[in-house]
This record gives sequence, C-alpha cells and structure tokens, in this order.
Amino acid sequence: MTASLQELSVPGPTVTALTEPFWEAVKSGRLMIQHCDSCERSVFYPRAICPHCWVDALTWTEASGRGKLKSFSQVWKPGHPGWIPATPYLVGLVELSEGPTMLSHILTEGAQVAVGDALHFAPTQIGDRILPCFKMG
Amino acid sequence: MNASWSKAVISGIGELKPERKTDGINTMDLLMKVSAQAAQDAGLEPGEIDGLLVGPQVGETPQHVPATVAEYFGMQPVMSNVVDLGGASGPGMIWRAAAAIEMGMCETVLCVLGNHRNPVSPRSPNRNPAREFDTPFGASGANTSYALLMQAHMAKYGCTPEDYATIAAGARANAQLNPMAIFHGKPADVDDILASPMVTSPLHLLEIVMPVAGGEAVIVTTPEKAKRSAHRPVLLLGAGEKITHRAVSQAPSLTSGPLKPSIARALQQAAMDVSDIGFLSLYDCYTIMVAATIEDAGLCKPGAFGQWLRDNDGMGSDARQPINTHGGQLGFGQPDLAGGMTHVVEAVRQLRGTAGGRQIENCETALVTGNGATMSEAVALILGGAS
Repeated sequence: MTASLQELSVPGPTVTALTEPFWEAVKSGRLMIQHCDSCERSVFYPRAICPHCWVDALTWTEASGRGKLKSFSQVWKPGHPGWIPATPYLVGLVELSEGPTMLSHILTEGAQVAVGDALHFAPTQIGDRILPCFKMG
Repeated sequence: MNASWSKAVISGIGELKPERKTDGINTMDLLMKVSAQAAQDAGLEPGEIDGLLVGPQVGETPQHVPATVAEYFGMQPVMSNVVDLGGASGPGMIWRAAAAIEMGMCETVLCVLGNHRNPVSPRSPNRNPAREFDTPFGASGANTSYALLMQAHMAKYGCTPEDYATIAAGARANAQLNPMAIFHGKPADVDDILASPMVTSPLHLLEIVMPVAGGEAVIVTTPEKAKRSAHRPVLLLGAGEKITHRAVSQAPSLTSGPLKPSIARALQQAAMDVSDIGFLSLYDCYTIMVAATIEDAGLCKPGAFGQWLRDNDGMGSDARQPINTHGGQLGFGQPDLAGGMTHVVEAVRQLRGTAGGRQIENCETALVTGNGATMSEAVALILGGAS
C-alpha cells in the first residue's frame, strides 16, 4: 500500500435514518447488527423488518466481531479512482459468526490470505470516516 | 410449472457493429437503426409492430422510457414495458414478449437494447444498499464482485488460472470468424490472457469484457406473421428465470447461481437434456461466468468445467457442443445491456443457418443464458428451429 487509508478521498456510506445506529456504533468501536426476536435469525445489512420472516421484531445487538473469509480479491484497478493511491488492497466477504455475510476491507498487514481464514472486527479510518474493516486472526 | 410457447416465434433480428466510442451519437439513434434492421429482417412494416420492450436508463432517459422510445420511433404500442434484469434483460424480453403474445396482449413485439458510449461515463447515481455497504470498502463496480465469485470457485474446486483463461482464448478464437466482433483480427491465446494485467485478483484484464457502444433488436411475433420473414422461424421451446440477490455479499452461493434452476426449468419445458443441445450461447461478462454456467447447466459436475472444455474440443463451431460462436461478449464486445441480447441474436443465426463461416452443421437447438448484476439475475431460453 502506497498511501495511508486516512488520506484517501473516496465515497463514504450513504447513511439513512434506519442504518444510522450501525454507523454510529462503528464510530465507537462496536459492530451492531440486527437480530429478529421472532425467527431468531441475525440480519445484515439493516432492514425495516426481518427479511426472513417479514415480522417487525428486529432489535440491535452487538455482534461478536468474529468471522471467516468466504472470498477475497486483491484490487489493482479500483472501480473508483479515489482508491488508486491505496492499490493493491484487499476486499473480502466476511461471514460473521452470527450468520450474515458482509463485504469489507481486509487489513492483511502483509500476511498471505486464504478462503476460510479467521478474521476479527477492526474499525478503521478510511478517508474521514470510521468503517467496519477486518483484520486477520 | 408448464408452459407451451406455440404462439410465439422469433422472426427478425438486428445488430450494430460494436464501437469503442460514439461521440455525438445518441442512444435513440442507435436503437432506431437496429430496430429498423430487425423489422426489415422480419418482413414487417413499422405499423405492424404493436408491442415494445426496452431496457432501463436508455441514454439520458430514466423514466417514461417506453413512451420516449415509442414516440421517437413513431410507434403506438398496445403493450410496452421496461425489462430491467441487467445482462439478463435481452433473454428476459424474449419470454415476456412470447407470454404477451400468448395472452393476446399484442401480436408483434420489438425487443430492443443498446447504448452509445462517450469517453467519460458519469458515476452511478445508485443510492441502494450496495452503495452503502460495499462501495465504501473499495469494492465498487462489477469487476470486484466477479473476482470474489471466481476466487471462491477456485478455492472450492482447485481450478487453475489456465482453466478460466481457456474460455477467454476460446471466445477470442471464435471472434476471428466474426467480422463484426471488436476483437476480430486480434487473437489472444491462453498465455496472452494470463500475461494481461491483473485487474482485481484472480481476474486478468482479458478475462473481462470490453465495454462498447452498440445495439441489438429482436422481433417476436405470431406464427402467421412470422411467415413474412424470408428466414426459418425460430421457436421458443422453454424458458426459466430467477433472481436471488443484488450485492455479491448477499449471494446464497458464491459458486452456483440462479441460472441453475432457470436452465433446469427451461430444459424441462422443452423436454430436453442439456447434452442434446446443439449450440450453447452462454452469457460471458467474465470467464468465471461461463465456467459457473457450464457447471450449473449440468454439462459436468461442479469444478470440472476445465476438463469438460477439453473434452468438448474447445468452443468453436466444430466443437462437440459449440459455445458463443459470435465470439461471446469477451470477443464481440459488451454493448452495455445489449450484450446479453447478442447471445439471442447469434442463436437465431445458427438456427436459421445464416452464421456464414462459423455456421454449426445441422444446428437445431440452442440454450441461451442471460445473467445480470452479481450472478444474481438469470434467464435461460431453449430455442429451436422450426421443422
């Protein structure tokens, strides 16, 4: 990586009233996801009602922050030019131990990665925002 | 669910030569040109076309798209709509057109897709969950999504980079027989594909379609009206469709997609086995998409596409089951949403027997697949030549 993530000028999340608790929690170092009190399944990304059972019984709960790498890609030519100074960097699909999968930025710290590797939540400043990134281990 | 498609026939096709840039040309001009070609090919007057299916975001027109296109074309359709299934929009139009005709909504449907291409494309105006939960991490655009699908496929089955590159090389080889293809005169073998720059691992540049301007149009009509075409009528024998998600993070599987049930349903309607299909016209935005489709179609077991392609003697018109004889989008170029329709148009040519130097001998049936978003919007069609 040739530029620090904080220096990037890249698109941030388009936060809505519904998703604001998620992003606010990330700022304070916590990974909050929704849990359905009706069907007992976890939900990510945030929804108005549960996408599994369509019942209005979602509550915010703190996730363990543990997950595993379902897939990854080292990006050399980003879709958005703002990311060019950070190339090559790694994005990955993180299957949270609670069940849902989220796409995230993976901080490898020089390590080799493989599908199935363990990951943990690592809130990180990208541009002027704190994002829910993940580290190996 | 059973369906018979006895009242709908493909009788006209139109295709524009893909171009890298179209400064000053607007999309409506391209759509009208290619539609006129298709109408002429079908032997129909403009006034006889009473149905219109178009794609979303035609040029600078985000809303009222059918009305805008119809007015520009001088049409007054009695059935019109937007089909918004990404790369599956073209095949998706065909069975919607057939259903509309079967139900008596209209008699003759123009299915048209295309786009101009200016040097600088505007950034996506998306404000959906993918924009909020994928883009901020550096994963915008389709390339990263398909790289994630490919990496997962490689990790699960141990397929080699050469296996996937064979698909791009096969597409390029086929493009050498299609003067319309953007890569006509520019062959590339497996070594060339793997020597091209890594865009987002494990995807090399030449495993990714080249965006081009262009347009594709197809006329679907009644058997009666189809007699006006000089060509052999092409029948819809089966169709299947499924949407499973939008963002790759939400995919139920990273190694098998909604084409699997779509193809199974289409084959069931046609009462055919996939090994009996004469021509495989498979959506190929990336090499991994063809690999996953060969496996989802049941041509081989999951992870075995590489060996299957070798046993198939490649992808050319003399292969056991020829694939993407027009060069696929990897060889022809991807004219935006019309890219998916190139697979329909080539299947019609093969079934008519008008594919020239790349004609498959005795081609009677074709499987056409369309794929959109992140291997998440799927349409499969079985087409057959009328006896």
